[in-house]
Amino acid sequence: MLLQVRNLSCGYGSLEVVHGASLHVCHGEIVGLLGANGAGKSSLLKAIIGLLPPWAGEVFIDRRPTTGQPPWRSVSNSTVLVPEGKMIFADMTVRENLIIGGYHNPDRIRHLETVLDGFPRLRERLQQVAGTLSGGEQQMLALGRALMARPRLLLLDEPSMGLAPLMVKEVFTSIRKMKDLGLTVLLIEQNANAALRIADRAYVMETGEIVLEGPAADLAHNPEVKRAYLGKG
Amino acid sequence: MQNESLALQYLLSGITKGSIYAVVAIGFNLIYSATGIINFAQGEFLMLGGMVAVTLAAYVPLPVAVTGAVALVALVGGLLELAFFRRLRRHSILHLVIITMGLSIVIQETALHIWDEKVRSLPYFTGNEVSSVRFLGAAISPQVLWVLGTVALAVLGLHFFLRYTLTGRAMRACSSNPEAAMLAGINIPNMRTLAFGLSAALGALAGCVVSPMTMTHYEMGAPLAIKGFAAAILGGLGNPMAAVAGGLLVGLLEAASVSCLPAVYNDVSAFVILLLVIFVRPQGLWGALAPDRVREH
Ligand SMILES: Nc1ncnc2c1ncn2[C@@H]1O[C@H](COP(=O)(O)OP(=O)(O)O)[C@@H](O)[C@H]1O
Ligand SMILES: [Mg+2]
Repeated sequence: MLLQVRNLSCGYGSLEVVHGASLHVCHGEIVGLLGANGAGKSSLLKAIIGLLPPWAGEVFIDRRPTTGQPPWRSVSNSTVLVPEGKMIFADMTVRENLIIGGYHNPDRIRHLETVLDGFPRLRERLQQVAGTLSGGEQQMLALGRALMARPRLLLLDEPSMGLAPLMVKEVFTSIRKMKDLGLTVLLIEQNANAALRIADRAYVMETGEIVLEGPAADLAHNPEVKRAYLGKG
Repeated sequence: MQNESLALQYLLSGITKGSIYAVVAIGFNLIYSATGIINFAQGEFLMLGGMVAVTLAAYVPLPVAVTGAVALVALVGGLLELAFFRRLRRHSILHLVIITMGLSIVIQETALHIWDEKVRSLPYFTGNEVSSVRFLGAAISPQVLWVLGTVALAVLGLHFFLRYTLTGRAMRACSSNPEAAMLAGINIPNMRTLAFGLSAALGALAGCVVSPMTMTHYEMGAPLAIKGFAAAILGGLGNPMAAVAGGLLVGLLEAASVSCLPAVYNDVSAFVILLLVIFVRPQGLWGALAPDRVREH
């Protein structure tokens, strides 16, 4: 088991927004985390990575306890979060963004080539200031930057948000490729259809609690999930 | 001919003072970019640099004394961050800025106790107070060349550091997007400490090179901080290289006011610039950000 989360709670100010959530991700899996806007998905991911202090519960990465570690430690635990919204270094070049992604990777210059092979659009724009990229390209940059750290576990928070349909497809293709490269992925998506298509398993979150879990194929046919998250399709 | 060489004299004096203001302004910028704090104790780093170097110069050769002073003051800068700002991160930025003003006073008082109120100075790096080089008809002290050369090298070095080294890039990443920087594995608190240390080191270096000409005195820091701050605001906070232009402009305007206004107005020019910028162009000449941009984490 690469990631194990036990009864994790967290919140803002005095308001608890995640109430004792438990989940796990095995080596090589793509696991979806679904749920309506405001369910607490992003907060849960932030608490896992250390951006939010956990109020209760435990996090284990590769069986080692990492509960409440500062976020910059997560890279040393081979875990990288790609947060929601395009969190790039807007006033730095594409190349500098990628290099920073490999901050803890001594092999970063050579690894840059490998990452660029996966994102040819970025290669064309290496010297461009990142803030001038299109939304889709910025999301590619955020993914590429995460890969520069050579993570084993990737936490992706709504990578398709705000992208044109063609770009969404490209992003999901990239995530598929990551799995083929041996990466383990925990993926938050509003787009439940697309997520369930590439995920092995998935969790459904509602008002701060995990309410459903199971193999992606089962969830895709679950009448409750269909009604709430999949529309008609 | 007489007038021209006099004008050149003022020009050079403006550039020399301006280069020192530029260093102070860069110091403001480095710390502001990394922490969001305006460090009003910035001028004290120049005073400390000069004082420590004067003390060390009694025992060791001048270059060693200057290097030692820069290293020691850098350490002081880093320790100040560790002792005060790292612990007080939860407080508002305004509180932290007020603390820097308090620190400025404490450092002055401490310096008064260690070194008393006498005016000191380092020896001229080459030659002495009467030696001069002729430049386009004006007589300039070789120390002016030391000041300009040192500042130019320091600015270029900093530029290189921020643009081409991993640590420098990481510092820029922290100010560009702190959350993303943390997620890339950058230890932000350590970067803040480094920014204070670097800022202090630059200040100390400037404090050493000007010491032979302007002398070193425990009270010298505060006026430098004000002028450097004016320069930083003029150039635009958040852009260390614009700070250089800001510093030179403040120095030149000051020299111009010295040449045509009564001496009492000497220090007014910096305030006039500060007010003008705040009212007319708050983001500075080249700054992208408004100075009140909030910073969390
Ligand atoms: N920075 C914040 N401060 C206060 N409340 C927040 C903050 N971020 C999110 N919340 C609240 O926490 C709850 C969960 O939000 P979030 O984790 O972003 O949900 P999701 O990612 O599932 O849309 C929501 O009610 C939201 O309003
Ligand atoms: Mg969210």
